[in-house]
Formats: sequence, structure tokens, C-alpha cells
Amino acid sequence: MSIGSDIAALFAEVAQEQHKVLAPLSNELGLLDTGLDSLCFAIIVARLEDDLGVDPFSADDEIDFPVTVGDFIRLYEHAAGAAAA
Amino acid sequence: MPQALPRPEPQSLWRSLSGAGRLAQRSLSDEHARVSLAALARGSSLGRPLDELRGRSLLLSTRDQLPAALALIELDGIARRIVLCPPEVASTHLPGVMRTAEADTVVGDRSAAELGGALFAPCGAGVAPGAPNREPSETTEWILLTSGTTGAPKLVRHTLATLTDAMAGTALGYGAVWSTFYDMRRYGGLQIFLRAMLGGGSMVLSSALEPVGDFLARVGARGVTHISGTPSHWRRALMSAAADEMAPRYVRLSGEIADQAILDHLREQYPQADTAHAFASTEAGVAFDVGDGLCGFPASYLGRRDDVEMRVVDGSLRIRSGRNSLGYLGDGVPSPFDEDGFVDTGDIVELRGGRYHFVGRRGGIINIGGQKVHPEEIEAVINRHPEVRMSRVTARKNPITGAIVVADVVVTSEHAPLDALRDQILAACRDALARYKVPTTIRFVPAIEVAASGKLARVRA
Repeated sequence: MSIGSDIAALFAEVAQEQHKVLAPLSNELGLLDTGLDSLCFAIIVARLEDDLGVDPFSADDEIDFPVTVGDFIRLYEHAAGAAAA
Repeated sequence: MPQALPRPEPQSLWRSLSGAGRLAQRSLSDEHARVSLAALARGSSLGRPLDELRGRSLLLSTRDQLPAALALIELDGIARRIVLCPPEVASTHLPGVMRTAEADTVVGDRSAAELGGALFAPCGAGVAPGAPNREPSETTEWILLTSGTTGAPKLVRHTLATLTDAMAGTALGYGAVWSTFYDMRRYGGLQIFLRAMLGGGSMVLSSALEPVGDFLARVGARGVTHISGTPSHWRRALMSAAADEMAPRYVRLSGEIADQAILDHLREQYPQADTAHAFASTEAGVAFDVGDGLCGFPASYLGRRDDVEMRVVDGSLRIRSGRNSLGYLGDGVPSPFDEDGFVDTGDIVELRGGRYHFVGRRGGIINIGGQKVHPEEIEAVINRHPEVRMSRVTARKNPITGAIVVADVVVTSEHAPLDALRDQILAACRDALARYKVPTTIRFVPAIEVAASGKLARVRA
């Protein structure tokens, strides 16, 4: 399983729990257009921290805040890669 | 006919408790010793004559509660001021406490060499024969320390009159044996101690290091009839098989929000007992008891009732009565009173269906993306699940919303598979709570820490 597919699965899981209708995901889809709200993203970020051991949003490095689903996945791929290195 | 309890003599606990009579049948006990009140009538637990301690300001610092209880009985009306020091107060705070209280004397069961030049009066659980001069000469100020988890404790001023005002007019209960999970040097424990002493009863004291099962067995063996604790104390007690070893007639809860689940569990465990939950704080004193078995309190309690006035301002309960403390000792500490002389308790209430319900502490709010959440309201929902014994909701830092809520849960010994239980708890939360209040994580843990105050240990952000 790649981080990308894990994140897609997590979006679906949280959307279902929070009774949100998830838009079909693509790398170009804006995060604001996914159908998920800030509480959903708060939960997703917390679960990714538990699963991957990283929270790129709270890291010391300045980050470009992700705009699209692709940005979001790359942010975690980069953070997980940096943590593993 | 039950005799009405007289208002206590103005200046002596000894006079009031001996006035209630039957000293030979009454005792104070802990896990190590038992002292008959009759022994105190012809002896003393103190290593110095009472006349040497007259008019002094004392720090009462003992490890065990029994020596402290005996010393209090002997020193009220004799000392100018007594600071009741619970054992877990850090020794680094004691010099500051003594300065603020102008304490010139330490009454204790250990050497007080570290406390500088103060006079030391040893005390213990033994009573040496003698003829102490118990003639009261002071209206003693009792200083209670509030349980700040960090920083220096606050010194709250009371007198025997403010501490016992709630008991005036209640019937003497000969043969009553009182006990409490609280340390008797805290307000909740002191109330039980004074009820026992003024009401003609005996008292079984707890011990900080004693396992809860051993304490419950001792309570059962001593025939305790009246017992009090916080909801956290009671939840822990109900996890012990020894809860079956006592058969109290009266069960009291105070110090934390009593949710419906704990009231129901206690009624099931002790069907023969009257169960009451009380609202009190060190600063405000006892405000009321609720005995109808329901959580919260009737809206009709607001206004003036039994010499206690209550109002709700900005959601917080405010109380004015003769049971209020006299305020804080020391400079630079904000007064607990508002401009009308009410104590602002900081306990937030909500009116639902003709009753006020406690929802949490003003200082304990979790902010989730601008939405305010009281952890206690979420715990109350989780605790409703029959297989949950105890829970604690805390904030977890979150970069998106600032915080999210997570829950630690202790389950009863017989429970469903944990995954199924988690789903059931979450479903109950989703039914009852706004979505931002639903815990994002539920962690099953073997135990949740209860602080020395008897309250759930909460880490404040």
C-alpha cells in the first residue's frame, strides 16, 4: 500500500464517519472541494500522525500549505520519507 | 424524639463534640489505630501543654489523618489559626504558606527541622493521660489549602461556624459511623469529620497509601453507616470486589459532577442506602444536597433557600451564604467574592427540562476550531454505557482545529470485544453530542489517575 492509497482510504473512512459525501478523488481536486470540512481534516491529520508517526503541519520546517489532494499526499510522502531517512 | 443539634459553641470543637455525649462509645480510627473520644477527655495527643499553644498560628502537618484529627479537636478554641496541610502539598511550598499564615508553630508527626525556627509540637495517634486545660480562649481561624496542581496553594479562611453552618438543625445521629474517601484535611473530608464529631457519631479515616479494597473492607468491618466521596472515588470503589463488604445507610457524592450513570450504579450497589449528591467548594462552602436520585438540581433551588442564595451569571453558579469562606489569606490573591458578596464557583450550569445540569469548569473548556467543549459533558455520555466504569476526555493538539477531543476509557471486568465496544460508545456519542464533541480516538486503559483531591487528574492546556 502506498501513502497515496492509504490517504485516499482514510478520506473515505472519515467521510463516512462524519456523514459527508466525498467527491471522486483525483490529484487535481482542491481540498476544499472534496466534501470534507475542517473537522474531517483535523481527524485525518491526527490519524496519519498515529499511523505514520509524522505531522508535517506541526513540523519546524515552513511548509507550503496544500491546496489539492495531490499536494496533500506529496506533503506526507515527503514527511514520511524525511522521517525514514 | 430526635434531639436537635445545637449550633456549635462559638469557640470550641471539643465543647461541641463532648456536648453531643456518649464519648465512651465513640471513636476515631485509621488503618493502624483506634482512639476513643473518652480517652481525649482525660488526656492529650499533643507533646506540649495546650497552654503553650494558646493564641499561636499553627501549621498542622502530619502524614496520617488520625493525628491531625485529634490535634484539630484539641486545638480549636486554643490556637489563633490552624493551617490544615494535606500531605501531598510540596514541602517547597510550606515556608511560603507559613509566612502567609504568620505561623510560628508546627504541629506534626515528624521533625520540622526544615521549617526553620518555628516551635515544634509533636503529635500522634496516642493519647497520654493528663488534665489538659480545654477552656477555649480563641475563635480559631481554620485555613484550608486549595489543591492547585501547579503553583502555590491558596489559603482559604474558615471558622468552625462557617464549616458547620450546614449542619445546624440536623438531628443527632447516635451510633452513626461516618467515613469518607477524602482526606479529612480537605473541605469534603472535613465536612464528614465535623458531622461525625458534632452529630454524636464515630469516624473511620482513610489513608492515602491503603489499597481501595483494604479500605472498603475496613469500612465494612467497622460498620460504617454514612460514607462520602467524589464520583471518581466511587467509580474506583465500584471496580473493587470489596464494595460488597459494606452496607451503608447513606451514600454521599461531592466534589465533581455526579452524572446519572454513577448515581444509578450506586443505587444498584447499595439499594438500602439514601444516596445524595452535594454541591460544595472550599471557597463557597456547602450549597445544597440533592436526594432525588437524579443528576443536576431543580431550578427552584436558585434564589434563596435554607439560608443559601444562588444565582447564575454568565452560565456560572454563584453562591452567598454563612457557609462561605471568609476569603483568601495573603496579599495579591484576587477575592473569590463578587461585588454582591457571592462566590463565583466557575462551575458552568445549563438549564434543561426544569433542572440545572453541571456541564464543566469554566477553566476546563477545550476549543475546537472556535467551538467550546466541556470534557465533562462528553464523559457523562460515555459513562452511560453499562460496560464503562470511568472515562476521561482530553484535548489533543491539532494543527487544523487547534484541538480535537480524545477519550481514555476504563471498562468493567465483563465487557464486549473492545472493537465492538468502541463502536457502541462512538454511536452513543454521535447520538447525543454535536459532531465536534465526538471523540476522534477512544483508548482503552487499565486505570485513570485520580488526584489527591479525589478528583479526576486533568491536565490543563
